[in-house]
Amino acid sequence: MDPLLSVKDLKVHFVTAGRTVRALDGVSFDIEEGKTFGLVGETGCGKSVTALSVLRLIPFPPGKIMGGEIHFRGRNLLALSEEEIRSIRGKEISMIFQEPMTSLNPVFRIGDQMSEVIRLHQGLDRSQAWAKAEEMLERVQIPDARRLAKQFPHQLSGGMRQRVMIAMELSCHPYLLIADEPTTALDVTIQAQILRLIKEMKNELHTSILLITHDLGVIAEMCNRVGVMYAGSIVEEAGVEEIFEAPKHPYTRGLWGAIPRIDEEKEALSVIPGMVPDLSNPPAGCRFHPRCAHRFEPCDQSVPSLFSVAPSHRVACFLYGERRGHG
Amino acid sequence: MAEALLQVQGLKKHFPVTRGWREEKALVRAVDGVDFSIRRGETLGLVGESGCGKTTVGRLILRLIDPTEGEVLFEGKNLASLEKKEIHPLRRFFQIIFQDPFASLNPRMTVSEIVGRPMEIHGLSERSQREEKVASLLKSVGLMREHLGRYPHEFSGGQRQRIGIARALATQPSLIVADEPTSALDVSVQAQILNLLKKLQRDLGLTFLFISHNIGVIRHISDRVAVMYLGKIVEMAEKKILFQSPAHPYTKALLAAVPSLDPKRKRGEVILEGDVPSPIKPPPGCRFHTRCSYALPKCREEEPFFHQIEDGRWIACHLYP
Repeated sequence: MDPLLSVKDLKVHFVTAGRTVRALDGVSFDIEEGKTFGLVGETGCGKSVTALSVLRLIPFPPGKIMGGEIHFRGRNLLALSEEEIRSIRGKEISMIFQEPMTSLNPVFRIGDQMSEVIRLHQGLDRSQAWAKAEEMLERVQIPDARRLAKQFPHQLSGGMRQRVMIAMELSCHPYLLIADEPTTALDVTIQAQILRLIKEMKNELHTSILLITHDLGVIAEMCNRVGVMYAGSIVEEAGVEEIFEAPKHPYTRGLWGAIPRIDEEKEALSVIPGMVPDLSNPPAGCRFHPRCAHRFEPCDQSVPSLFSVAPSHRVACFLYGERRGHG
Repeated sequence: MAEALLQVQGLKKHFPVTRGWREEKALVRAVDGVDFSIRRGETLGLVGESGCGKTTVGRLILRLIDPTEGEVLFEGKNLASLEKKEIHPLRRFFQIIFQDPFASLNPRMTVSEIVGRPMEIHGLSERSQREEKVASLLKSVGLMREHLGRYPHEFSGGQRQRIGIARALATQPSLIVADEPTSALDVSVQAQILNLLKKLQRDLGLTFLFISHNIGVIRHISDRVAVMYLGKIVEMAEKKILFQSPAHPYTKALLAAVPSLDPKRKRGEVILEGDVPSPIKPPPGCRFHTRCSYALPKCREEEPFFHQIEDGRWIACHLYP
């Protein structure tokens, strides 16, 4: 079976004041139907740019998709007209963002905003759409949904707003939900509620999820597969249990060791020396090599491709593949 | 047991606010009676969710804001009752590290000026020696002499936080309040800063009040931990005890809510329902009773005392009489 979403060799550049920032440098991954794929990495690694590219929401200028393909249900999203992609956004692929307050319009009632989406994509009339909006609010376990539909966003707490966003984005039964740091702005007890809700809704509606986060705990809890991003490319990709049990790439290992855990006592945290490279002038070869303790001869000369270390575990590192990479 | 460097008793801060178009007056009970002490050389972690009052506690201790009620005894002197003039010479002994390394450094000052300023204010060094002292401080936080003449915008977030730490150390304080010092940083940078803070504490014998919402960070850095909920400390204990056997229902729920880094371990179903109530009108009785699955009838009416149940473990809960 073909994957639901297949991203192949995606390249995105941002051009500002004569500088070209190579934000994505050949990103490839697949999302199978009904699965959750997590993209994890630190600030500026390109995980949000990847998500926005899938919906073709990269602002142009300065951003530009320079190459690659994004196949979704048999079509290359990058080849669609503006009108065609608009009919996919919000209907077949929808997205929730980190800060629900900025994604909701402050001057419309919750019910108005939700029924607009429903009317647009499902051709229902005003009162049917409102009823459907209330039904969705109930499904995301909002107590007293009828009253809440008549409220404005500022009257809700952060957790409630994120529930509303989830209800709105799932109201058209999308095939794919993109969740970009959906719980980063929330307190940890509210995060637990929202993560549980996303899981329940996914099982109920058979939605696939692209989950973007910097929080490895959220990844461990939610995902089936994980891609670790560093400086614009995926450096390691594996099933969630594999990657937590045996992370391979030196960056992944460093990242894993840097986390203060609540179930373990460590005297000192492992540290990745140096800083993330400037993507307008990235280092030659493997972009991680200047910070890598294991670098050897090929690392500063050629870019490692993703080598398989197990049937579904791939690592972009010369430690695990041919010594002479291909450019 | 080492002596207490800081002792806080019955500390309260109520902020007056006006609400709605009728401008009704109300009080936000941000901190509503907390007691704790910090021993010399230890790190007390103060953890809780947004709005629980942890930052306000930090600012009250430093007397950056005036308390409504209560005592803050620092080396025997009650900071809460001193005049502003009397506080000033004491300030060099307690310093703060802020969360946002972008907002807490003056963009028009060089690193040398930023870090040298506290020494100048407190008259701690001759002008001629100042640069030398700043340079050695920079070295101790992992920066270099070359950085002296640079401005904050030339640094990354992690480096700026190092500058903030150097500034806090400039007056050779004994107590440092660190208010979410790594919350704006990526995990790999956070690890560098946490390691640095631990090393500085070892080398200089510093005492920390470390405020954070990140439970992993709190576990890593603290010797003892106090958990706050809606303006009160609900539980306080040695770190090992608190993490191995949390007693207060809120502590239990808070620890259980943190996603595990083991994908095979499935979360137990102790998810807290609902939101935190408003600190303007906190629930009567125990403030947590509205979300507590163990609540007794008594919890709705009577506020539990914060008391010691075993050596070193303090709790405010009717389940532990």
